[in-house]
Amino acid sequence: MARVLGHRLFWPVAALLALVVLNAAVRPGFVRITVRDGHLYGALVDILRQSAPLMMVALGMTLVIATRGIDLSVGAVMAVSGAVALTFIDRSADPGALGTVLVAIAAGVAVGVVLGTWNGFLVTVFGVQPIVATLVLMLAGRGVALLITGGFITTVVSPPYKFVASGFLLGLPFALFLSAAAIAVVAIVQRRTALGLLTEAVGINPEASRLAGVRSQGIVFTAYVASGALAGLAGILYSSNIMAADANAAGEFIELYAILAVVLGRTSLLGGKFSIAGTAVGVLIIQTLQSTVLFLGVSSAQSPVFFAFVVVVVVVVQSPQLHRRLSRLSGRRRGRTAPPAQPATRDLEVSA
Amino acid sequence: MTILETAAPARPGGGLNRLLDRHASALPTAAAVVILAVLLGGAQLYFGNFLTPRNLSALLLDHAYLVILAVGMTLVILTGGIDLSVGSVLAFTGILGARMLAAGSSPVVVVLVMVLSGAAIGLMIGVLVQYFDVQPFIASLAGLFLARGLAYVVSLQSIKVKEPSILWLQSTRIQVGDWYVTPTGILALVVLAIGAFTLAWTRFGRTVYAIGGDEQSARLMGLDVARTRVLVYVVSGVCSGLGGLVLTAYSGAGYPRNGIGTELDVIAAVVIGGTLLSGGVGYVLGSLVGVLVYGTIKTIISFKGAEQAWTEITIGLLLLVFIVVQQVIVVRSARRR
Amino acid sequence: MGENGAGKSTLVKAITGALPLAAGVMTLDGTPRTFRSPVQAQRAGISSVYQEIDLLPNLSVAENICLGREPRRYGLVDWKGMRERARSALDSLGVDLDVTSQLGIHSLAVQQLVAIARAVSTDVRVLVLDEPTSSLDADECAELFRVVRRLRDRGAAILFVSHFLDQVYELCDRVTVLRDGRLVGEYLTRELLRIDLVAAMLGDRHIPRRLATGLRVAGPNEPPYLSARGLTATGIRGADVDLLPGEVLGVAGLLGSGRSELARAVTGVDRIQDGVLRVEGSESSFSGPREAIRLGVVYSSENRRTEGIISELSVADNITLALQAERGVLRRLPETRRRELAASWVEALDIRPADLDRPAGTLSGGNQQKVLLARMLALAPRVLVLDEPTRGIVVGATLEVQNLVRELADNGVAVMFISVELDEVLRVGNRVVVLHSGRVVETLPAEDLTVDSLTALVTGADGDDG
Repeated sequence: MARVLGHRLFWPVAALLALVVLNAAVRPGFVRITVRDGHLYGALVDILRQSAPLMMVALGMTLVIATRGIDLSVGAVMAVSGAVALTFIDRSADPGALGTVLVAIAAGVAVGVVLGTWNGFLVTVFGVQPIVATLVLMLAGRGVALLITGGFITTVVSPPYKFVASGFLLGLPFALFLSAAAIAVVAIVQRRTALGLLTEAVGINPEASRLAGVRSQGIVFTAYVASGALAGLAGILYSSNIMAADANAAGEFIELYAILAVVLGRTSLLGGKFSIAGTAVGVLIIQTLQSTVLFLGVSSAQSPVFFAFVVVVVVVVQSPQLHRRLSRLSGRRRGRTAPPAQPATRDLEVSA
Repeated sequence: MTILETAAPARPGGGLNRLLDRHASALPTAAAVVILAVLLGGAQLYFGNFLTPRNLSALLLDHAYLVILAVGMTLVILTGGIDLSVGSVLAFTGILGARMLAAGSSPVVVVLVMVLSGAAIGLMIGVLVQYFDVQPFIASLAGLFLARGLAYVVSLQSIKVKEPSILWLQSTRIQVGDWYVTPTGILALVVLAIGAFTLAWTRFGRTVYAIGGDEQSARLMGLDVARTRVLVYVVSGVCSGLGGLVLTAYSGAGYPRNGIGTELDVIAAVVIGGTLLSGGVGYVLGSLVGVLVYGTIKTIISFKGAEQAWTEITIGLLLLVFIVVQQVIVVRSARRR
Repeated sequence: MGENGAGKSTLVKAITGALPLAAGVMTLDGTPRTFRSPVQAQRAGISSVYQEIDLLPNLSVAENICLGREPRRYGLVDWKGMRERARSALDSLGVDLDVTSQLGIHSLAVQQLVAIARAVSTDVRVLVLDEPTSSLDADECAELFRVVRRLRDRGAAILFVSHFLDQVYELCDRVTVLRDGRLVGEYLTRELLRIDLVAAMLGDRHIPRRLATGLRVAGPNEPPYLSARGLTATGIRGADVDLLPGEVLGVAGLLGSGRSELARAVTGVDRIQDGVLRVEGSESSFSGPREAIRLGVVYSSENRRTEGIISELSVADNITLALQAERGVLRRLPETRRRELAASWVEALDIRPADLDRPAGTLSGGNQQKVLLARMLALAPRVLVLDEPTRGIVVGATLEVQNLVRELADNGVAVMFISVELDEVLRVGNRVVVLHSGRVVETLPAEDLTVDSLTALVTGADGDDG
C-alpha cells in the first residue's frame, strides 16, 4: 500500500481516476461505449482520440524540459506543418491518392524536424536561453504558415488524409494508434537506449555530465529535434481533423497545455528526471477536464479559467517555500521540539 | 594610481570611449534608434510619401495600446522576469469594460474596474513569483489562462461600445498642422513619461534595476526586493488594464479574442528596444522605439501591399538578430569581469 | 587565517548577520548584539566586502556606493547629491573614478574599491574584508592595501580574511588562526614566525607519515603515460608534469597556486593555451573531457556537488554514467549487466548504504566520493586525476580513499593526487609537484620531503618568491 501511495505517479493517476469517476457519477453516459458499424464510440473514446495532438506535443515538451529547456514554438510548428501538408495536397494532381497523402505527411513531419533543428541550433550552438530561442520561431512561425497558405484557410477534400484523424482501424480511432505509437517509440528510444539516462543527467547537472564525458550538446539538440518532429506530426493530426490549414488557430495555446501536462505528470520544470507515462496521464487529465468543463455547459473558450486554477494549485502545492512554511508552522505547534525541517526535495510527494 | 591605469588604460579617442563607458548599457537602445531611422528613411526613399505628419501620427496612435503594455513589460523584464499575461488581460479588461458600459455603468467606475482587475491579476502573478518561488514564466502563464478564460466568461461575442466619453478618447483629434494626436495617444505618452520618470528618479525604479542586476546584492544593500518585485507585476497588470481601455476606445468594441499573441509582440518590441531579457539593462523609452520599429515594419508592409504575415516574420528575425547581439554583449561583459 | 574549510567564511557570515548564531554572544562596544540580517549589521556600523563582489554591475558607480541610503529630495532620488556623496567617499580613499560610469566596465580591482567605498560611506566602525585579494594582481593588491591602511589610520577596526601569508604579514597587526571550525590561537604578527603560522593553520596530525602498502618509485627510464611540457592555461603558466604508470604524483600548493587548474588542463576540462600534451608519447590536444576519457585520462573535480555527483540519479546510474557516455547513446548497457557492475563497485569500495537505487545525493560525503571514484574506475582509466578527493569527508573515509588510491597505483594506474593537506600529499604520493603562483616550483621524490620542508616550499617561505 505504501508502495502504491509513494509512487511518483500515484497522485496524477488518482486525479485522473477521480475525474473519470466524477464524470461517470454525474453523467452515466460518460463511460458507455457503443459499437456502431464495427467502430467504438463514446465519451472516453473521444477523449483518447482528441488528445492525440496534445499527446504528441507534450511528449516532445517532456524531453525538452528534461534538459532544462522549454519549447514555445510547438504551436507555430504545428501551423507550419499543417500548412505545408495541405498546400501540397491542394496543389497535387490527385488529392485523394494515398501516395500524395503519404508524401504530404512526410513533408509536414520533415518541416517539423527542420524547425526543431533550428531551435536546437540556437540553444546549443549560440547558447541562447531556450525561452528566448524558441520565442523567435513562435513569433515568426505563424507568419511563415500564413505565407504558405497565401493568407487563406486552405481546405482540401482527401479521404486518405481525413483518415489520419477521423478514421477507424480495428474498431478504434486511427489517431489513437498514432498516439500510442508515439508514446511507445519515445519510451522505447529513451529507455531502451541510454538516451533517457543521459538526458536526465544533463538536465540535473550539465557540468558534472560534461566532465563524465556525456555529449551534452548533442543530447539537448536531439530533444529539440524530437520536439519539432512530434509537433510536426501533431500539426498533421490537427489539420486532418478539420481538413483545413488554419495558420492562426492551429496549435493555439498548445504549448501552454503541453507544459501543463508535463508538470501534471510530475516532471520538474527545472529539468532532470522525467516520466513519459506521467506526461501521458497529464494529457489525459487535461483532455478529461476539458470534456468535463464542456459537459458542465461551459464553452470551451472559457475553460482556460479552470486550467488557470489547476496551474496555480499545482505550482503552489509543489512550491518549496510553502513546504518550508508549513513544516515551520507544524514545528511551532509541536512546541519547537520538532527536528529542523527537512529540506524540501524536488521529488517530494505532493498531491497534484 | 597604478590600479586605475590597469583598469582603464588610456585609449585613443578617449572622449568617445568615455561616452561609451558611461552609457554602455544604452548601446542596444541606440542601435534600435538607428534601425528605426534606417527603416523610416528607407521607406521614405522607396515610397516617396512615407514620412508625412499623418503617417507618423498614425504610427504612434495605432500602437498606443502596445506602448502602454510595453511600459509594464519593460519593468517586469528589467527585474529579470517575464509577463505572458498582458495580451489576455488586455482582452479581459476590454470586454469587461464594454459589457459594463453596455449595462449602463458610469464610465468612471468602468475605467476604475478595468484598471483594478488588471492590477489584481498582476498581484496574483507577483505573489506566486515572490512568495511561492514559481518561475515568472509559469506564474504569468496562469495569469494568461485566467484572463483569457474570464474574457470569454464575460462574453463570447464582441460587444460594441456606445458610451461617448470612452469613444471620445479616440475620436477627438488635437491637430497641429497636419500632425494630430488623440487622448489615447496622450494617455500612452503620459504612461510612458511616468514609467521613465519612476525608473530614473525613485527608489522603486532603481530597485527594479538592482533586482535585475543581482537580487542578492540588492537585498544586501537594504533594498525592498520582495515588495518591488510584486509591485512590478501589479504595474504590468495596471498597464494591461489601461491598454484594454485604449484598445476598446480605438476599436469601439470589446472582443474576447483581442490580444492573442500580443504578449509576444510586446516582448519583441521591448527586446528590440534594447532591454536585456536577463534583466537589469534597458529603458522604457527604448521600448517606445521598439514599438515604433514594430509599427513601421507593419506600415511598410501594408504600403507595399504584401502579406501581413511578413510583419511577424520580420519581427521574429529582427528579434533573433537582437538576441544574438545581446548574447555577444553579455558574453563580452562576463569576460571582462 | 586558515586553510580551505577552516571556517573563515562562516565566521564572517555570522559576524555580519548573514548566518544566525547557534550559540555564543557577540558584543559591540561592550553591549551584546544579535543581527538578523546583513542590513541590520550595517546599520550598527559593521560593513563587509565579500570575495564575490556584492554589487550591481549594471548600475553606475555612484549608485553602487549610495543605493539603499541614497540622498533624496521631495522623495525622489537626488542624483546630484548622490554623485557628490559617492565622489567624496572615493576621495576619502584616494581613488579617482568617474562615478557616473557603469560599474561593470571596470576591472575587479576597481569594483573591489567601490565596494569598500560603499562600506565606508556610512559611519563604519568594523570593516570585514573576506578574501578581497583572491582575484587581484600584485599592483592591485598594493593599491587595496594602501586604502585599507588609510582606513585603519582613521580609526576603523578591520577584519582581513585571507589565506595568503605574505599579505597578512604585510597588512595585519594581529592574526587569528582557525582550523576545522575552531580557534587555534591569536598572535601578534610581528612576533609570529611564518613557519609557526603555517603549522598552526595545517595542524600537526599524528597519522603515520607513509602508507605502508607496496610503495614504489618509478625508475628514471620509464616512459610517462601522460606528459605535459610548458603547459599554459587559465591559472597556470609553463608547467611541466609527467604522470607515470604505477605512481602517485602528489600536487601541493596553496589556494590559488594553480592546483585545480593544472588538473583541469591535463584532463581536457579547460582549454590549453600553450604547451604540449603527450599521451604515450604522441602529441594530443583534448577538445574536452570526452576525448580525454577516450584516451584513458579521467578527472574528478574538487566540487563534488556541482561538478561530480548527479544528485537525483541513483547510485547505480551515477556509477555507470561515464561508462555509458563512453559507449554512446545507442549501445546501452543491459540492465542486468549495469546492476552487476554497479553492485560490484559498491562492494569493492564498500559504499554505504549498499542500495543501488538510492539517489546519490542522499549519501554521505565520503560515500559520494567513492561513487565518483567508482564512476572513474569503471572506465578502467590509465590516468586518474583526483582533485581533493578527501575534502569534507570524515577521517575514516579519508583513509579508505587514500588506501584505494595507493592500491590503484600499485595496479599500474598513473594517479595525480591533489590535496591541501600536505601530510596527505606526502603519504600518498611517490613524487610531489610543488606549485606556486601558477608555476611548478619543484618536483621531488616524496621520500626527500618532510611536512616542514614541503610547507616551506609551498608557502615560498625560502624567500626567493613573493
